[in-house]
Amino acid sequence: MRKFYTLLSREVRSYFYSPIAYIVLIFFLLISGVDFYFQVSFMNQRQVQYSVQEAFFNSIFFWFAFVLIFPLITMRLFAEEFKLGTIEPLMTAPVRDWQVVLSKFFGALVFYLILWIPTICYFVIFQIITGHLAANSAAAYWGSYLMLLMLGMFYLSIGCLASVLTKNQIVAAIISFCAITLLFFLGLVQFILLDVSSATRDLLGYFSAIEHMATFSRGVIDTRPIVLYVSMTIVLLTLTYQAFQTRKWRL
Amino acid sequence: MIKVENLTKRYAGQPAIQDLNFEVGRGEIMGFLGPNGAGKTTTMRILASFMPPTSGRATVAGFDIFEQSLQARAHLGYMPENVPLYNDMRVTEYLDYRAALKGVPHRRVAERVGDVRELCGLKEVEKKLIGTLSKGYRQRVGLADALLHEPDLLILDEPTIGLDPNQIRQVRQLIKSLGEQHTILLSTHILPEVEMTCSRVIIIHKGRIEACDTPENLLGKIRQAGGVVLEAKVAADDGAEELKKVSGVRDVTVDVDGDWKIFSLRVESGADVREEIFRLATDRRWTVRELTQRRATLEDVFVELTHPDVV
Repeated sequence: MRKFYTLLSREVRSYFYSPIAYIVLIFFLLISGVDFYFQVSFMNQRQVQYSVQEAFFNSIFFWFAFVLIFPLITMRLFAEEFKLGTIEPLMTAPVRDWQVVLSKFFGALVFYLILWIPTICYFVIFQIITGHLAANSAAAYWGSYLMLLMLGMFYLSIGCLASVLTKNQIVAAIISFCAITLLFFLGLVQFILLDVSSATRDLLGYFSAIEHMATFSRGVIDTRPIVLYVSMTIVLLTLTYQAFQTRKWRL
Repeated sequence: MIKVENLTKRYAGQPAIQDLNFEVGRGEIMGFLGPNGAGKTTTMRILASFMPPTSGRATVAGFDIFEQSLQARAHLGYMPENVPLYNDMRVTEYLDYRAALKGVPHRRVAERVGDVRELCGLKEVEKKLIGTLSKGYRQRVGLADALLHEPDLLILDEPTIGLDPNQIRQVRQLIKSLGEQHTILLSTHILPEVEMTCSRVIIIHKGRIEACDTPENLLGKIRQAGGVVLEAKVAADDGAEELKKVSGVRDVTVDVDGDWKIFSLRVESGADVREEIFRLATDRRWTVRELTQRRATLEDVFVELTHPDVV
């Protein structure tokens, strides 16, 4: 456990050694700040049925930033170690493969969660200044942040798998970006293809991140997406682990 | 400490090492010699459990490198070729991290890191970023890392490559002093280094072991690669014919340097023909300015074993 913690703490710290962490943080704060500002301005000018918190988590800005950050967070995880050769001292130390894989995944997850902390301030500030509630219920907060965690785990595990397959960070970023974008569009198909049967549309709806976020950010916590994302994360991390082990035979 | 049996590794069907068998005893400094691409790094990577062999077995400190890889790794310190390090960490920070990773008990981390920092002369760069260090210092960080958990066995892949002569001397000194407590397997293609530091030598060529012995014995085996040099003023055109008749001399080649003739004699293994030659020279009233036995060096052994056509 100590070794896992040692690896994890290095992973988290390593984000802040490189400029990537700060660039991602700034990029993300900027876009989410613009998102929040637009939602508030929008609501100021007309009567709407939803809360500012709901609007924030369902806007196009949010999704735009959302799909972009995962390749940036995960591309270096394994690829950089392969490229620099630091995988050699790492794997000749008495550590297990799964410790390395999980520490990289959770390291990325911790950094991802750090990205979201400032957004909590938005709602607090909103309430202090306007005197209105930012969300309709406490469950809406829990729901949206829980969905962020679920989606984050799933997309980060895709990024882990992409990074373990190559020693080129750019290649890793492109693979994970394509995979995540495709999955994201899969959820949009139900709005586009009107000629397919309703069963197909319902099926695709189960995979729709937009739909899931819409439900959760209203405060409705549905267990089906949770099962989907947790199990997909486990599957992808298992694949990552397997791919990581094959490096020994590929050498 | 190391036991290797029939170790074979193939890359895409191409054998990198074939049927290696050797043992390294406790407290030995074993030199691993071979031209580039001979399979040194491959062998060391397998021993360090970085990759598995295609077939064969090996044990390190009594632990099978494949079945009990974790225990084996806990007992060895490995310094890879070119020392890959995290460039964005600071020296002490890196060593702290590595100590924890290698299972050095929490309360001993500071002490161990302090010790290896002292031993490897890293005191003055402890707060620097690894990426800003010179090659020599990086090498020392790699060595410090290998020593952190007080391993029984050190595997050092080209520890002196890319260093300047002073640094090479320092590292060599360090390795020698480490050899008092540790078993060391080091690879190199710098031959004087092996002669100076190692108690035994393995010469590997095209993935096979060509020789495994002490440096002295290896030299003894190929005395003929050395030989005798005679520089003399020889009146007549001959001289070579007479020298060939001396028992023990296999072959004579002649060079001319003004009035002087330089005879290079290849002699049979173990034979010392200088006395005979001296007598011959006095009989014939040759003026002699040099009569020396050229001692074979490991370089000769190396060349003879790995490039038989050159000799």
